[in-house]
Amino acid sequence: MSAVAPLLFGELFFGLRREGLKIGLAEWLGLMDALKRGAVAHTLDDFYYVARALLVKSEAHFDTFDQVFAAVFGGQALSQDAVKALLDWLENPIVPQLTPEMIAQLEKLPLEQLRRMFEERLQEQKKRHDGGNRWVGTGGTSPFGHGGQNPAGVRVGGSGGGRSAIQIATAREFRKYRHDQVLDTRAISVALKKLRRLSRRHADLELDVDESIDQTCRNAGDLTLCFTPPRKNEARVLLLMDTGGSMDPYSHMVERLFSAAHALQHWKKFEAFSFHNCVYEELEPGREDHPDDEGIMTADLLRERPSETFLILVGDAYMAPTELLDPWGAIHYYHHNRTPGIVWLHRLRKRFPRAVWLNPISERGWHGWTIKIIQEVFPMFPLTVDGIDRAVAQLVKSTPEPVRPLSSMYPELREFDHLDDLAL
Amino acid sequence: MSIGAPKWEGTDDYIASSDLARIVNVAVLLGRPLLIKGEPGTGKTLLASSIARGLNMELITWHVKSTTKAKDGLYVYDTVQRLYDSRFQDKDVSDIKQYIHLGPLGRSFAAPARAVLLIDEIDKADVEFPNDLLHELDAMTFDIPETGETIAAAQRPVVIITSNSEKELPDAFLRRSVFHYIEFPTEDLMSKIVQVHFPNLGAHMLQSAMNAFYRLRGVEGLRKKPSTSELIDWIGALMASGISPDSLDEEIPMLGVLLKREQDVGVAIRRLAASGKPRQGGLQR
Repeated sequence: MSAVAPLLFGELFFGLRREGLKIGLAEWLGLMDALKRGAVAHTLDDFYYVARALLVKSEAHFDTFDQVFAAVFGGQALSQDAVKALLDWLENPIVPQLTPEMIAQLEKLPLEQLRRMFEERLQEQKKRHDGGNRWVGTGGTSPFGHGGQNPAGVRVGGSGGGRSAIQIATAREFRKYRHDQVLDTRAISVALKKLRRLSRRHADLELDVDESIDQTCRNAGDLTLCFTPPRKNEARVLLLMDTGGSMDPYSHMVERLFSAAHALQHWKKFEAFSFHNCVYEELEPGREDHPDDEGIMTADLLRERPSETFLILVGDAYMAPTELLDPWGAIHYYHHNRTPGIVWLHRLRKRFPRAVWLNPISERGWHGWTIKIIQEVFPMFPLTVDGIDRAVAQLVKSTPEPVRPLSSMYPELREFDHLDDLAL
Repeated sequence: MSIGAPKWEGTDDYIASSDLARIVNVAVLLGRPLLIKGEPGTGKTLLASSIARGLNMELITWHVKSTTKAKDGLYVYDTVQRLYDSRFQDKDVSDIKQYIHLGPLGRSFAAPARAVLLIDEIDKADVEFPNDLLHELDAMTFDIPETGETIAAAQRPVVIITSNSEKELPDAFLRRSVFHYIEFPTEDLMSKIVQVHFPNLGAHMLQSAMNAFYRLRGVEGLRKKPSTSELIDWIGALMASGISPDSLDEEIPMLGVLLKREQDVGVAIRRLAASGKPRQGGLQR
């Protein structure tokens, strides 16, 4: 029977990996080591906290851990036999050997299937009494659904008066720390800080005082001067924000991104402008409540800002197709754009190869036709801390992916491809 | 927890939740660094000194600054002193050993008994800083090339690392550590913490102060919510000024002790007034 319990822990481990947590063999073996050395009392509660401390290294992932933990150990998921097997094993854990091949194989199984395999395996072993060594098994009945109620049978060992691990896991109190749902200004700045281009190129050498003193003293007092070039962040960041009507529900999110970026003082230059639904000839100032800020002609922006500038567009990419594709299509009645919005977007992308689009709508909702069109031009990421993280990783890539020529996407817009150079 | 191992459960001046105590003991047992995160003012830094006292170990502290280098933690070779001494020839300057000063990490390795090492605010330093310490924290040993010495820990020190998440920590570093996030104390735990600081505080006053405090924390839009340390200061101020507990339901006096940002004081006054609840009293700090 003892060979069955590790399966459950395997299920936890692979469940976490499948949910995207970067947990490797080192963490797994660390947990096994802790079990072997008796760091865990023989209760599920103790196991919950110790496993979380050793497997999860950010509060942003606690919620994911809770969900997987509840799916594996919670609700009605475990039979009495499984509980007993679990307790026996915690008493005297034998660490299963995992090879990279096994991991690769296991990774592909959905959690539900793994659980069903586990239950089957358990039945099999009961019949045969062979305590088999195929530790990878089989799973049961319940996927993520859990009733929030915890039958006494599962609360192995019981907890000293407090709430049980399953109760904590199902309460999902750490949802507020999730980085794929919550936009926390502080977490945004941490993500944006990785947007840098460090260079010693343009800097004059500076006297390294500490090193000079040290070297001089080692040199028996003969003055030895040491110079180092200071590292400077050469990154320039350009933020273009959609302030059109459909963005109103998301304005607080954009506001947070803006204030985090604005307060960062981390880049050589940071500029922000805004547009309505789509970019045309002219961009408005980034902050409506700052009358001194000025807008800019898009052509000037394209001409004057260095091409290595990081460009971040924020918008729901949701508009009438005519606003994007037709000349004279702008939503404002008095705005006469001879050039369709898509052409301007394409020019921006061509001029600034390091460009991303952040969309406040969650990825599942990216169905709109115009969203698909804009995705052809810009790599799109959700406006969440995770999304910003991924966007920054895309921006700092050493070789940005080139954008397809506009005429290959829209033959009818060929004339604008040709006009590009003239317009600029 | 294995039998015989010393256990830490908080000390009389540091009330720890049971899950924190549990993780501390696991880290102590496994000899892995314990990484502590949490809202400011939840006692991250104080934890190490409580562990040291509770387990009867020496506490060695390393406050990290933006300019701190990993090597500073191991040892410093005082070349200036050596050059100075060489001019007066009253010391044997060929004995380099006397100019090697161990840093906090080095001292925790060299300590005769197991020690507690606090690496405070590790995220203040350069992003490479944690990575530079990986080997030393893993192997608990390092060499001093100037003297040919090797400093190795006879007993792995208990390493407590705090971070305010200002920078992301490298994965390789995280993989080796035990992680715990100190949540903001529940009212229950907070009452115990307050009572540790003010054993003579009346039950009525305690309840009124706690109500006012959690009401203020519930105000939306505060940039910096008041934390434990602010609550302690505030209750101290309340007691010193002899304000009656009942008046706390009406208004929150000395708001400046609880809120450190001018902006927040404004927000709190407006929101609390709008909710029809207590108005703010004097603004004296």
